[in-house]
Amino acid sequence: MGDKTMTADEVVSRLSSGMTLGIGGWGSRRKPMALVRALLRAGIGDLTVISYGGPDIGMLAAAGRIRKLVTAFVTLDSIPLEPHYRAARERGDLALTEVDEGMFMWGLHAAAQRLPFLPVRAGLGSDVMRVAPDLRTVTSPYEDGETFVAMPALRMDAALVHVNRADRLGNGQYLGPDPYFDDLFCEAADEAYVSCERIVDTAELTKEAAPQSLLLKRLAVTGVVEAPNGAHFTSCAPDYGRDEEYQREYASTPWPEFAERYLSGDEEAYRSAVREWRKEREA
Amino acid sequence: MKVTRTPHLQPTRTPLLPPTRAEYCVIACAEAWRDGGEILASPMGLVPSLGARLARLTFAPDLLLTDGEALLVRPDGTPEGWLPYRQHLTLVAGGRRHVMMGASQIDRYGNQNISCIGDWERPRRQLLGVRGAPLNTLNNPTSYWIPRHSRRVFVERADMVCGVGYDRAAELGSTARFHRVPRVVSDLGVFDFATPDRSMRLASLHPGVSVEQVREATGFALAVPDEVPYTRDPGDEELRLIREVLDPAGARAREVPEGARG
Repeated sequence: MGDKTMTADEVVSRLSSGMTLGIGGWGSRRKPMALVRALLRAGIGDLTVISYGGPDIGMLAAAGRIRKLVTAFVTLDSIPLEPHYRAARERGDLALTEVDEGMFMWGLHAAAQRLPFLPVRAGLGSDVMRVAPDLRTVTSPYEDGETFVAMPALRMDAALVHVNRADRLGNGQYLGPDPYFDDLFCEAADEAYVSCERIVDTAELTKEAAPQSLLLKRLAVTGVVEAPNGAHFTSCAPDYGRDEEYQREYASTPWPEFAERYLSGDEEAYRSAVREWRKEREA
Repeated sequence: MKVTRTPHLQPTRTPLLPPTRAEYCVIACAEAWRDGGEILASPMGLVPSLGARLARLTFAPDLLLTDGEALLVRPDGTPEGWLPYRQHLTLVAGGRRHVMMGASQIDRYGNQNISCIGDWERPRRQLLGVRGAPLNTLNNPTSYWIPRHSRRVFVERADMVCGVGYDRAAELGSTARFHRVPRVVSDLGVFDFATPDRSMRLASLHPGVSVEQVREATGFALAVPDEVPYTRDPGDEELRLIREVLDPAGARAREVPEGARG
């Protein structure tokens, strides 16, 4: 049982351009933003990204790192439309595979179970079938003879997720109300990297929370990063809520200016730039 | 939770102000969940949320509601269950739900678009994406709420079909046997698809709105019956619940402003 702790920069040093990456969370909720920021610093690009999209997609798209995106939506939740993603799409900067939220989930399940596809009713009749010409249907071999979408497995080279607690071995815990799909992302990936608010001893994990909060099993986790505030500015209940004011700053600042001010240094530089911004606002 | 009726004709009670347009919209949305039974009501947007909660407090007490996140809650906010996204998506496939979604575009057969405007390959305006609309429309009743009825929304053809309409459902045969679009509610009236070819029909006008006004704001030929009823009035108890319990701050008037239309 090895110690899997590493830094965010060590995580991205194990990734490379052209990979297919899954990013956990949902919209602007519990996104592994510290890992995304490290990805931006490392200059990795030409990515295929699989995500229930939020600012993770906005930032990577604005920086021109996404070749192809697989998603059902991209949103900042409290700001319905992600401005940087939106601009990238309107410029024609990235290829898109647009599937339904449920199709996406069954694509993760298929990958986690090493199946080529799973049949789903969602998608039929909609333009999802028109804009993704690779999607195929499958017909039930039983009496009903029904036709379904054969949602292909969303297999990925690596997954990036963020949880509230983890131990050094890769057992990961969520403490908020929703696990989202982070366990499936890890199981659907060849390698999974988990950032967390705090690394604790294994015995601590079940001291204050029930065992069903142990979302991630170490057998599906490659590396563990301690990243306090590592989902910022997305929400990470119950540790913190979404930083709405800073999200507005992100959404309303032209990308080059935003990247220059907040993303040109390491994670510590990011945090101090955010502190500086807050001080200016309060002055 | 049992709601006790306020006794009528209390001598000290001042007469209620007449219902606003926003309040007619709340009533029209609430009616979507009448006779739904013990299912999940999934309203998206403020007015549908008020409608669902009103229905739950009055004529549809068995409805389940969420807090908008991962909890099933009673009208007073008390959690009664857990419904994280993964279970929510599975529940949709099981069909025990009636969702009311928004629409950036909706066409005469009820095809809905929230993904993008213009050519999908390179959209003129990127919007949300298809979200759960394909899943919703093939699995459980899906109604729509449109706070500003206009030709930009009610279009001849949706640019990207996210929510499946009746013409496309018909082509799917038995695979679409769970497809149903019970109603479309806008700030002008209520619409359904109770026509021989399942095209959109004006079902009721909100008081103060004319058929001409609706036709003018609709980008396709709408079926209009000879006699169009008005959306029903809210009862005193319903008005009290909307005004004093569900939306005391009056946020509904921001979604549907009064007097914004002639």
